[in-house]
Parts: sequence; structure tokens; C-alpha cells
Amino acid sequence: MSEKMHMELKVWRQAGPGQPGRFVTYDAPGVSPDMSFLEMLDLVNERLVEDGEEPFAFDHDCREGICGSCGLMINGQAHGPERATATCQLHMRKFSDGDQVTVEPWRAAAFPVIKDLAVDRSTLDRIVEAGGYITVATGSAPDANLIPIPKPVADASMDAAACIGCGACVAACPNGAAQLFTSAKLQHLNLLPQGQAERWDRTISMVEEMESFFGSCTNHGECEEACPKSISIDFIALLNRDYVRAQLKQRRLAGQSFP
Amino acid sequence: MAQATSTKERPAAQPVRKPLGRGVAWPVAFYRSAVGKKWVMAVTGLMLLGFVLVHMIGNLKLYLSRQDINLYGEALRDLGGHLVPHTSLLWLLRGGIVVALVLHLHSAVTLTRLNSRARPDKYQAPRDYIAANFASRTMRYSGVLIAFYLLFHLADLTWGNANPDFVRGDPYNNLVYSFQRVPVAILYAVANVALGVHLLHGVWSVFQSLGINNPRFNRARRLLAQGVVAVIVVGNVSFPIAVQAGIVDLECPHTDPVAPCEAAAASAR
Repeated sequence: MSEKMHMELKVWRQAGPGQPGRFVTYDAPGVSPDMSFLEMLDLVNERLVEDGEEPFAFDHDCREGICGSCGLMINGQAHGPERATATCQLHMRKFSDGDQVTVEPWRAAAFPVIKDLAVDRSTLDRIVEAGGYITVATGSAPDANLIPIPKPVADASMDAAACIGCGACVAACPNGAAQLFTSAKLQHLNLLPQGQAERWDRTISMVEEMESFFGSCTNHGECEEACPKSISIDFIALLNRDYVRAQLKQRRLAGQSFP
Repeated sequence: MAQATSTKERPAAQPVRKPLGRGVAWPVAFYRSAVGKKWVMAVTGLMLLGFVLVHMIGNLKLYLSRQDINLYGEALRDLGGHLVPHTSLLWLLRGGIVVALVLHLHSAVTLTRLNSRARPDKYQAPRDYIAANFASRTMRYSGVLIAFYLLFHLADLTWGNANPDFVRGDPYNNLVYSFQRVPVAILYAVANVALGVHLLHGVWSVFQSLGINNPRFNRARRLLAQGVVAVIVVGNVSFPIAVQAGIVDLECPHTDPVAPCEAAAASAR
């Protein structure tokens, strides 16, 4: 398995925001099948530095699939060909010797390119800021398991909470919609008793914030396939249902605002 | 080692739409939102689907006799009998369908435009789609095709402008005259296949947009879409085939449309 592979890399180079960009082809010999995709990019970048060229920029942090920093469009698929895997945990053994690999940044109006392969995803943070919180009483910590929660409900909430906010759903969506991200961030709270107080205001606030920057869902299901955490589009259905119910409830009575 | 990145300017994403606006009536606020528009699209889609299904089932009377389908047409005009003015209920239903169609088209156009603003720069390398299928990727094209076909269909069999042999109140013979023209029969079949492709994604999509989601039946939603499409396409496409094959032929044209054929022919003599 330690035989080295020789790849050809087509990387999107862009000097800065709003600048014109283009693909640049790099030769990438000596790639170990045991490398992660990011390690392969490091290898190419180190050679560029040695040659006095400017290395290409890409986001990465934990490299163990939990931070959501990395994320590249690899051969037309978000996070590459391996299902339920972030770019950092994609291994080069998923490719063959001699493959040409095209690497492109996430593309969406909400994700402007910072440089090369790095995009700004702070619009996702804005959606969470709009309502991704619950209110808790301060004071001494309450007893654990004080509120009984059925196991399937807790499981569903945890499935939604697995979202790492990488933006692959937006990148994979032909409409640049953030429905899967928003529904995950919404439903992991809406499903639980602790999330009920702000449920309807949260739903309206987060959906409205999302709609300021992102497209609309046409139920292709590409996001679910791209998601490194395999978050189900069932959560999008729950978001849709909660949004209609929130609109019908409209707790914002004259002069009052629900917390 | 040179620093990998040095970014002097931070980009800021620009909103792709105006704020939804607080303080407007809630149905307006709801329809302004994309999620609300998808809900409206699903509900109006269901109304249009109901129409298409009933329309197809009613037209199956074509296989009984000229008198049967012509009386069926007359019964539609006479819905409600003597309780309401003649054709009033039919016009109410037609009004509902037209409103549903307008809302369906309006939400489709505005959402499509929103979506192209949300993804202004296309991927430069080819995309490799996994879940998106032909039906879901071509909704706007199949939709436009159906809309244009609908105009011809009305001109052909409702208003009669596109059918030189059109006789008001004799849908049986109007239909036979129309489908005896090969291009019209082909157009009708193609449009119904487009409708089937549209519904293949549409029927499934309704559940998702309305949030009808339960592990008990989630798997059945795709199957239901396929079943509905099979029924509608087979039923509708059978009409031009039956006419072209001569199974359904002209019956005593230019006689009383709702009398039995022999009696009508006799009284005409």
C-alpha cells in the first residue's frame, strides 16, 4: 500500500475577493495513498514554497472531521467522492495513480472567496446568532436528567446537532440554499423540551436570516449526500413545518414580543 | 517559510433579497418568504394535480361512448343542478384552478430568480450530481413546456381556435378530430410525458415542502409519486394512441351531441 501515486492537480487560484480567478495545473508526484487530501495539498504547497512560488490558500483546522473548517469541491463533489466524510478525512487511496483532481472553492453568493480555495462562511454564523440558543435559569446546576426526553427524540436531536457547519450543503445545492444547515441548527433545539420557549420565534428569526443570503430549497437532496455528517433532509421537512406553524401562531401580539 | 495566506481585504456577503419586512399581514409575510412560497407551490401543485387526475379519469368515458363523455361534459356545466345558476360551480372551480396556476407560476419564477442570485458564479469545473435526478433538475423546463402546451390545449379543445372541426358541446368528436392530426397526437403525448417527469419530482416534493415527514411512510413517498405518474401518463397518453389506432373513431358528427348515436342520426335524416 505504500506505493506512491502521481497525481495532477487543477487548483482554483484567485488573488482576492471579487478578483478574476482561474484553474492552475500542478504536478503532484510522490503522493502516498495513506495521506489525507489536505496532507496531499500540503505536499504540493511545500513544493511551491521551495520553488519560491506562492502556495494556494485553503481552510483547515482540526483535521479530524469535527471543526467544519475544511471544505473543497473535489471533482465536482463537495468534500470529494467519499460519502459522509469531510475533506480532511478523505484519503488519497480513494483516488487512482495518474488521476487528475480538480479542486474548487465552495461557490455561493453567501460564501465570497477570500483567496484561492478559502471562502468566508460567516453568513452561517449569522443564522445561528439569529436564534440558535436557549434560555436557561442561572444558579446552581440542575440535576442531570431532570427532564425526561424519549430516546428517539434525543437521538433525532443529536443527529441534527452533528452539524459541523462546513457549508458543504450550500456548496452542493444547485440553488446555493442553506436549508440543511439551518434545519439542523434549528431542529436540534426545536425537538427538545429545553428548546420550546423560543421555538416559534427562533424558527422565524433563523429562517428569515437564512433567506437574506441563501437560495431556496428545491428538494434535490444533494445536500444530504454532500454532508460529512449525513444529516437527513428530513430535518428540512421539519423546518418547513415549523415555519408554517410559527407563522400561524405569530406570538408577536400588539406591543409584545415573545422572548 | 513564506506565510501561506495574507489577506488584506475581507469580503462581505451581500444579501440576495430585500428584508422580509415586519408588520405586514402574516399571509403577505408568509408568501414573501421562500419557505412560504414553497408551501404555496406545494398546495397549488396539489390542486393542479387533483385537477389533472379528475380530468384524466373523466376523459376515460371516451372509451364508453360519445353520448357518455358528452353527457359528462354537460354534467360539469350543470354542477349543482338547479340549486345554483348554470355553469356557476364550474366557473368557481375554473377560477380556483387559474388562481392556483398563477400562484404556482409566480412562486416558481420568483424562486428561480432568487436562486440564481444566490449562486451567481457557477462552478467552473463540471459538477457531479449524486441525488439530483433528471426530473428534479428539469422542473423549470418541464413546467414551461406544460404551460405552453396548456395554452394550445385550451385553444384546441376548449375555445376551438386551433381545431377547424370544433363543435361546441361535442367534446367526443372534437377530441377525435384533433387527435387524428398526427402532429397534435405526438405533441399531446410529449406534453404528457413532460407532465409525468414534472410530477415525478413534484409529488415527492410536496411532502417535503409541507413538512409531511414520518419514518413510517417516508419510503412510500417516492413510490406514491411513481404510481401517480404512471396512472396519469398511461391514462392520458392512451387517448391519442386510441384515436390514431382507430379504436376510438368519429361517431355521427354534426348531430345532437348528447343523444344516442342511432337516434341522433335518425332525427338528423
